[in-house]
Parts: sequence; structure tokens; C-alpha cells
Amino acid sequence: MTQMVDYADAVRRYDPVLGIEVHVELGTRTKMFCSAEASFGAAPNTQTTPVSLGLPGALPVVNGTAVEYAIRIGLALNCQIAESCRFARKNYFYPDVPKNFQTSQYDEPIAFEGWLDVELEDGTIHRVEIERAHMEEDAGKNTHVGGSTGRIHGAEYSLVDYNRAGIPLVEIVTKPITGVGDRAPEVARAYVQALRDIFRVLDVSEAKMERGNVRADVNVSLRPTPESPLGTRTETKNVNSFRSVERVVRHEISRQAGALDAGEIIVQETRHWHEDTGTTTSGRVKSDAEDYRYFPEPDLVPVEPSREWVEEIRATLPELPQARRRRLQTEWGYADAEMRDVVNAGAIELIEATVAAGSSPAAARKWWMGELARRAKLNDAELADLPITPAQIGELQGLVDSGRINDKIARQVLDGVLAGEGDPEAVVVARGLEIVSDDGPLLAAIDEALAAQPDVVEKVRGGNQGPVGAIIGAVMKATRGQADAKRVRELVLERIGA
Amino acid sequence: MTELTRLSAAVLAEKLRAGEVSSVEATQAYLDRIAAVEPAVHAYLHVSAQEALATARDVDERRAAGEELHPLAGVPIAVKDVVVTQGMPSTAGSKILEGWVPPYDATLVERIRAARMPILGKTNMDEFAMGSSTEHSAYGNTHNPWDLDRIPGGSGGGSAAAVAAFAAPLAIGTDTGGSIRQPGAVTGTVGVKPTYGGVSRYGLIALASSLDQAGPVTRTVLDSALLHELIGGHDPRDSTSIPEPLPDVVGAARQGALGDLTGVRVGVVEQLQGEGYQPGVQARFEESLELLKEAGADVVEVSCPHFEYALAAYYLILPAEASSNLAKFDGMRFGLRVEPEEGPVTAERVMAATRGAGFGDEVKRRIILGTYALSAGYYDAYYGSAQKVRTLIQRDFAAAFDQVDVLVSPTAPTTAFKLGEKLDDPLAMYLNDVATIPANLAGVPGISVPNGLSDDGLPVGFQVLAPAKADDRLYRVGAALEAALEARWGGPLLDRAPELG
Amino acid sequence: MSTISRDEVARVAALARIELRSDELDRLAGELDVIVDSIAKVSEVATPDVPATSHPLPMSNVFRADVPVPALPVEDVLAGAPDAEDGRFAVPQILGEE
Ligand SMILES: [Mg+2]
Ligand SMILES: [Zn+2]
Repeated sequence: MTQMVDYADAVRRYDPVLGIEVHVELGTRTKMFCSAEASFGAAPNTQTTPVSLGLPGALPVVNGTAVEYAIRIGLALNCQIAESCRFARKNYFYPDVPKNFQTSQYDEPIAFEGWLDVELEDGTIHRVEIERAHMEEDAGKNTHVGGSTGRIHGAEYSLVDYNRAGIPLVEIVTKPITGVGDRAPEVARAYVQALRDIFRVLDVSEAKMERGNVRADVNVSLRPTPESPLGTRTETKNVNSFRSVERVVRHEISRQAGALDAGEIIVQETRHWHEDTGTTTSGRVKSDAEDYRYFPEPDLVPVEPSREWVEEIRATLPELPQARRRRLQTEWGYADAEMRDVVNAGAIELIEATVAAGSSPAAARKWWMGELARRAKLNDAELADLPITPAQIGELQGLVDSGRINDKIARQVLDGVLAGEGDPEAVVVARGLEIVSDDGPLLAAIDEALAAQPDVVEKVRGGNQGPVGAIIGAVMKATRGQADAKRVRELVLERIGA
Repeated sequence: MTELTRLSAAVLAEKLRAGEVSSVEATQAYLDRIAAVEPAVHAYLHVSAQEALATARDVDERRAAGEELHPLAGVPIAVKDVVVTQGMPSTAGSKILEGWVPPYDATLVERIRAARMPILGKTNMDEFAMGSSTEHSAYGNTHNPWDLDRIPGGSGGGSAAAVAAFAAPLAIGTDTGGSIRQPGAVTGTVGVKPTYGGVSRYGLIALASSLDQAGPVTRTVLDSALLHELIGGHDPRDSTSIPEPLPDVVGAARQGALGDLTGVRVGVVEQLQGEGYQPGVQARFEESLELLKEAGADVVEVSCPHFEYALAAYYLILPAEASSNLAKFDGMRFGLRVEPEEGPVTAERVMAATRGAGFGDEVKRRIILGTYALSAGYYDAYYGSAQKVRTLIQRDFAAAFDQVDVLVSPTAPTTAFKLGEKLDDPLAMYLNDVATIPANLAGVPGISVPNGLSDDGLPVGFQVLAPAKADDRLYRVGAALEAALEARWGGPLLDRAPELG
Repeated sequence: MSTISRDEVARVAALARIELRSDELDRLAGELDVIVDSIAKVSEVATPDVPATSHPLPMSNVFRADVPVPALPVEDVLAGAPDAEDGRFAVPQILGEE
């Protein structure tokens, strides 16, 4: 095996080019071409019809909702929507493909020529050009039985479940992603993540990576310089986590650089990603892999979305994640860096809800990105997983704003809420944390402090207000911090007669 | 009792409705006839006696109880084995499907069952409907009832022979390039290929999806219309199914039988006669034209210059689509599974061994040709060019139908040839379909009506073609010709077939 | 005039997953050649200005409502299977991709 090249070294000497194919399973109730239920997790082969089993005589009929979802995705990715497009047969033999052809789209995708602006963690925006988004169907699921490893090689036989066969997919294919340099892994990850977020707000898929609802095929090639022609690419199939997308790109860049350094020729092949070792291995090179004998599916008629329908769908598109971020940033008045931190922390929804609960945007950000972020980090948890709601933060901030507690006490209240003692109001009452606003007990404490520090009183009377803090400190200490410091100061100065 | 089997379906239906005959009697008469002639004819791959009789009994009980039934209720029917039937073997004439019992019914079978027609069984055919003689069945030849040494046509030779041998009053066929009409012609029966999309393809084991069409095989034109009306019409499970209602084919057949074709313009296709057509076939054709003229039709000659490219286009489109449609027969989910004789037992090798052992020569030949035609680099030159010829043929039809209401030709260039005669000559075999294929390429409907015997004493067919969705014209002209011929002959042509059994 | 060689038949047979005996390869090479030669005829008229027809009747937008129907009972699904286990189809080991 050739030597891996250190990543930094590899991207210094080679220009990486990416190509990403993302498959998303649509969240329709039924399959792409038949009325079998398309839900997840049913017992094997209990969600099939003669169509999804590929039985002799069965015929496909297109799910109209799947077409609508595909158009939604196309529009969200700034694509053009075909006036007329067709399905085609992609012929290849594989036991999980019931008809031994996949009904897909070939030279006539439903959506084409789009783009997506992808924002990296530091706010850099990279525009990814989309070549096409097309409709197709998923395959069944093989389980490999026997053999020592349980993996496919060495398996004695396989068991096939066709519940997944025929579930609608949209495949989104990028044009070559160039000009990303050492940030290629980040761009790849951010792109897939951005797509996932879009699928969710479009409500076209549950888009759960861990369930395989979203799967990425990651193409990587290297060339000596950005001016050189494209190098030969490898395609790593079915990568199904954001982190893995990033790791695959990193790994392939280092691996290919090593191969190129050693004078090897990169072969165009599919590769498999191994999460455990963080490496890719070569898939078997199949002689007929590239000869799919596509031809127009004669059992289906063309799909010709009317322009009225497309505009209707466009008009009902929800606000997309990036536009929403921009709007909220303006509304909240956050600086770019502040907003980026919020986005990276996954705190947009939390802050939005906190503001809705009455907090100012600044205070909401202060809580979630400050105290709560600190506590989440301590517990190695996500912000959203903390046992506190935006409504409770809103209430807490309300108590501060009304002067009933101060910032310092608010932190104790927070402890109480997180400890499960109830809403902020209840914690304040139960713990007796309310600010002492009655001047009576305060005046007693002030007089005591004044008597204890006559020298300070003298200096203040002499016109030097600097040392007054010592008196205030003593009062606050005596009231266990429950006094309103501003009021204490007023009263002290009044008492001294300064 | 054997007389029962000689009744047309329309007459039998009438007698059933009137209570003159019971469905059990009729069904049993057919089962007896099957038992008598099958050893010689071998039209059936599977006879479902018990199920047919159960349906018949049910019909008789319902009728006795005064229930309103479909006009064809109780009339038995045979179904080509390429149509899937729940609980009844469906092999498409192939070893690879031996023993397969589908878990669902084709739409047309659902309609037959809903009409309560006893299904006598499944009829023999060329394997996966590839052939013109039924000699490519994996289960032995079907013999032509007119001469047992001759082919019954194909691929639907079983359905045609069953009907011609009075072993079924009605049968279902499928026609991809002539597989209903050509067997009809060579067995003296009526066969109709409806407009593409006129009868649901759901549940037909696909040969070439853009060409396949199911239709009736009967002894009279009216019987075909009655069956067509039952199985035709929109089916949401077939995306290519015509949404508009079927024209009134039964009414057209009844009107045609009155014998008046005044004002009907009939076009004789210049390219579908003459050289290559047997003299007896040509002679009967010209006599039939005279009869149409006598009935008042205007007969003119029309030219369809691209028909000469039809056969070539057909043999690119059909294998290409078939190679993909037949990919699912791989020994993984249903049907035959064969393990390789030596070497590792992998899915890939089992698929290849199963297909190598399970498919017959003609099927392999066409799959290889189709795979080649779709393979890298050849798509445009082969399949793509063939689809262009389709456009040209459609234009020919359109231009012709601007001038005339129907087009006519001999159905097949020759009468039934001897079994084995063309088995080793695929091209000669393919030429049988030269007159029927243009309709499949263009999607237009066609009928074959028996119009006499050639000099060799074997039946000849007369083909009528109509514009898409105008299937009723076939029935009007077909029934008029049938009436005129039977008046001249003094009875149906099949009366002159040799006795069997 | 194109011809199909024996090697080409073997390549195509592998693509079509059909195991052919040696004598079948020989015969098919000869027979396919005859057919392919006849096909050159099509190119006489299939000029670039002629559009292709893939559906005999022009139709479009045939869609189904997204409403489930009952599935085939799993016993029926597996009834025709050459081999089955645990409600699934059992197939020989699969080489190649996972
Ligand atoms: Mg891919
Ligand atoms: Zn795909």
C-alpha cells in the first residue's frame, strides 16, 4: 500500500476537486411507482406489492406527490424545472434490485442547472453548482449471513428484504466543485448539511442521516494546479454522516496524493468507506458497471409539469435556512461573528423561541451562548438537550428586567431550574432569592457598615466617592447579595450626605 | 352435447341467460372436448377443470336466484399463459417459470372473474411470446386443428388452436407483432389487437412494453367485440392505459353484420401484398375486396412507403425492450434457480446459470440481440433509429387515414407452414409478421377475419386496420365481411375444418 | 455492415447474465450477424430531422395519488421464492459491492 501523505502537505501540492451525489429518500406515504406503504421499520417484506417486488406482469405508476417533492427540491436549489422529462431504465443485475433495472432518470432530469450557497463555520460562503436533481427508486436491503465477519465477503448467503425497494429518491448531483483547496472537507460536509436542512424545512423527507434517509456518494480527484485538467476521480459510496463526509474527503486527498507521489495511476472506481478505520477500500471493478444500457422507460409516460403548477409550488416554498438566518440576524441586530457562533452552536431555534417568550435578542444570545453554552460544554451535551426551555429563559430574563432579581441571582435561579426545581418564578420563591427592595432592612445594614468604616465615610464626605464601593460591598455581603446594588449606592450616598 | 361447443359465445350467452343451458353443462362440454382433442392439438398448458366448474356452478346458482349477471357470465374462456392468474400456474411457455403460481391477477383476469366466466385453463405459446409458430414453447408444440402437422401460428398458437378446435369459445391472446392476428389467420379464427393502451397491460408478462397489447381470440367478430368490451377500458394500474371510454365495439359489430358499408372508405395498402404473398392468400384477399365493394364500400389503393422498414425497426425495439423486461427472471425471487455446475455458488453465477438453463434458444437470441442494441455506443444507431422509423410509420398511417376510414391487407403472407419447417431460419419466421407489425409500431388497432381457404386447403386471414381509438371501425368492417363470406359459404369457415377427437 | 463476433456475443451474454455453452456462442454469432445486417436498413430513413417515438400514443402526467393500499401478504410474497428465511428471500452470496 502506498504511503498516505500528510493532509496539509497534500493540499499544498495538489488541487482537490469534489463532486457530490446526494440521495434523499422522500417522505411520501407510498412508494415511487406503487401504493405500498413507504414507512420505516416494518417487518421484512411486509410493505410490497407485485410492482415493488418486480413480479412478472406488474407495471409502475408514478406517485404524483413524489414529483411535487422533487420539484420543491429543485426550486429550493435554484434549479430550472424541466418542461418535459422522462424516466429511463438503468439496467444492472443485483439481487436487491427486483426488476434488475432501476427506474431512474437519465438524460432528462426533472430539475437541472441550479446552485446552493454553502456557508462554512467561519462565515466563508462557497457556491456549489448543481448539475441536476432527478427522481428514482431505492433498492431493497441485503443482510449478509454466515462467513466470519458478517460482511459481504465470506458471507455464505444473503437475505433480501424489499420493503425499501421502490421508495422514492431524489438524487442531487453537483458539477465539479473547484477552488476549495484545503477547505474541501469542510465544504463537502457543509454542503451535505445544508441539503439536509433544506430537505427538513421543505418537509420532503425526515432526512435522518442515521436511518440512511440521506446518503452521499463523494467523488474526489486531485490535480497538480487549478489550471490543470481534472484528474481521475474515485467515488466513495453511501457515506451517511456529516462527519464521515468530511473524513472521506480528507482521507481520499491524502491517499490519492500518496498514490500520485508514488507515480501510480488513479483508477476510476467506486470505494467503500470504513467508519471504524477511517479509510476507504477499493470496490470490485465490475466490467459492466458503466454499461447500464439506459433507454426510456416504456411503461411510463413523460412528466410535463405545467408552468402554473411549478409557480404554485414555488409560491408555497417555506423560507429556506439561509434566508431565514439572514432575516433573523437583521431582526436581532447581531454582528456577523455573533450570528455565526449562534448558527454553529445550533442555537437559532432556541434563541428565536426565547425572544418569542419575551426576552430581548441580546439577552437571549447572552444566556444561550454564555452561561448555558458553558454548562452544555461541561456536560458534553447539546444546547437543545439541556433540561431548560426557551420559555423558562424568557421568564428568567423577565425577572431580571423587572428588577426582582439581578444577574448574579439569576444564575442561581438557573441552577434551580436545571436541577428540576421548577420554573424560575418558583425557584426564586422556594429559594428565597428575591431582591430586597424594602429600604428598612437595607438601611439597618448600611448604618452598620457606615459605623464599621468611619474612615471611608470621612473620605467620601471629603468629596472622594471612590472608596464608597467598600461600604456597598459590605452591605451586599450582609444581605447575601439580595440587595439591589444600585439602590444601595443611592442610599449610602444619601446617608453620608454627600 | 358436443353441439354446445360449436355455438358462438354470443349464442351460448343467450342460451345461458334464457336458462336453456346451464353454465355447468357448457363448461363440462368444453372440458370433455378438451379431453378429446388435447392429445392431438395440445393447445393448453394447464386445464383448471375444478375451478372452472366451481365458477360455473356459482353462476348457475346466482342465475337461479334471479341475480343480475354480466352478459358473458357462465361462458367459459381460455387465457394465454403470458397473463398472470392468481392461484393458477403462469409460465409464459418458459421453463424458467415452471411451477410459478402468481399471487395476483392481471387486470383483465380480474374483469373476467368479476364477470363470472369460468376459466378453462392457460394456453400454450412461444416462450415469452417470442415466435410465430408456438414451436418455441418449452412445453411442446401446439398443432393446427386444420392439419396437425402444421403450426397454429404464434406466439398465441394455443389460444387460436383452442378456439379453432372448439376447445374454448373465447380466448385471450396478446399481440406484440401479430401474435393474435397471425394465429387467427392460420387457424380460421377471429383475432383482434386493440389500440395500444386499449386493454390494460397490468399482469401481462411483458415482452416489449411499447408494443404489447392483449385482445380477444374468438370464432366470430361479434364474440370478439363482446370480449373486447369486457376487458377493455381504462386501468389506473397501467400508465399507458387510454383514459377515454372504449368506443361501442359491440354496437359496431352488430351494425356491420347488417352488411351495409355504404360510404365506408377502404384503403388497400400497396406495400402489404404482391411479392412474398402466397397466390391463394392474394386471391382470397381480392375476393374479399369485391365483397366489401358489393356491400357499398369505396375501395382505393393507398401507399405507406415506410412499412418496408417496419420489420427492421421491430427487431430492434422488441429485443431491446425484451432484454430489459426479461432481466427479472434470475432465479432470485421466483421461478427456476439453477446452480452452476462447477465453481463458486455466487448470486451472479446462479443468475447466469439459471438464465442459461431456463431460457430457450429464441429467447436467448433476442435477449442477446437486445442487450447488444442497447449496449454502450449502439443505443442511438439501433434503438434510437428504430424509434424514428416508428414516427415515419405513424406518419404513413396518419396520411392514409386522411384518405380512408380503414386499411386492409392479408393478415399473413402464407398459410400455416409445416412444423419444424422454419425453426432454423429466424428471418423466414419473422417474415410471417410483416403485415401485422406496422400496427404495433404505430399503436393502431387491427383485426384478422377468416376469409377462406388457400389452394392448399388451409385458412387465410383478412386484416383490417383502423386509426388509434377507433377500434369500432374494425368491428363494423369485419362483421360485414364475415356476414358476406358466411352467406356465400353457407356457414362458418370452421365448419369445413377436419373432425378431431 | 456491422458484424457480431463470437467474442462480442460472449461480452454481451455476460452483460445479459446468460451462461452460454460454446456451441451456443458459435451459433448465436452467426445468427445475430444476419439480424444485425438486416438492421442497417433502418438507418436509410432514420435521419436526424425525424423525431423518435417511444410511446405510440402521446400521453403525459399520469400520476397516482399518494395513498397506501394493503401490501401483499408476506406468505404470498415468499410463496414462489426458490429459498427464503426469516421472512426474507435467501439468495447466494453476493460478490462485489456492499
Ligand atoms: Mg453515485
Ligand atoms: Zn441514484
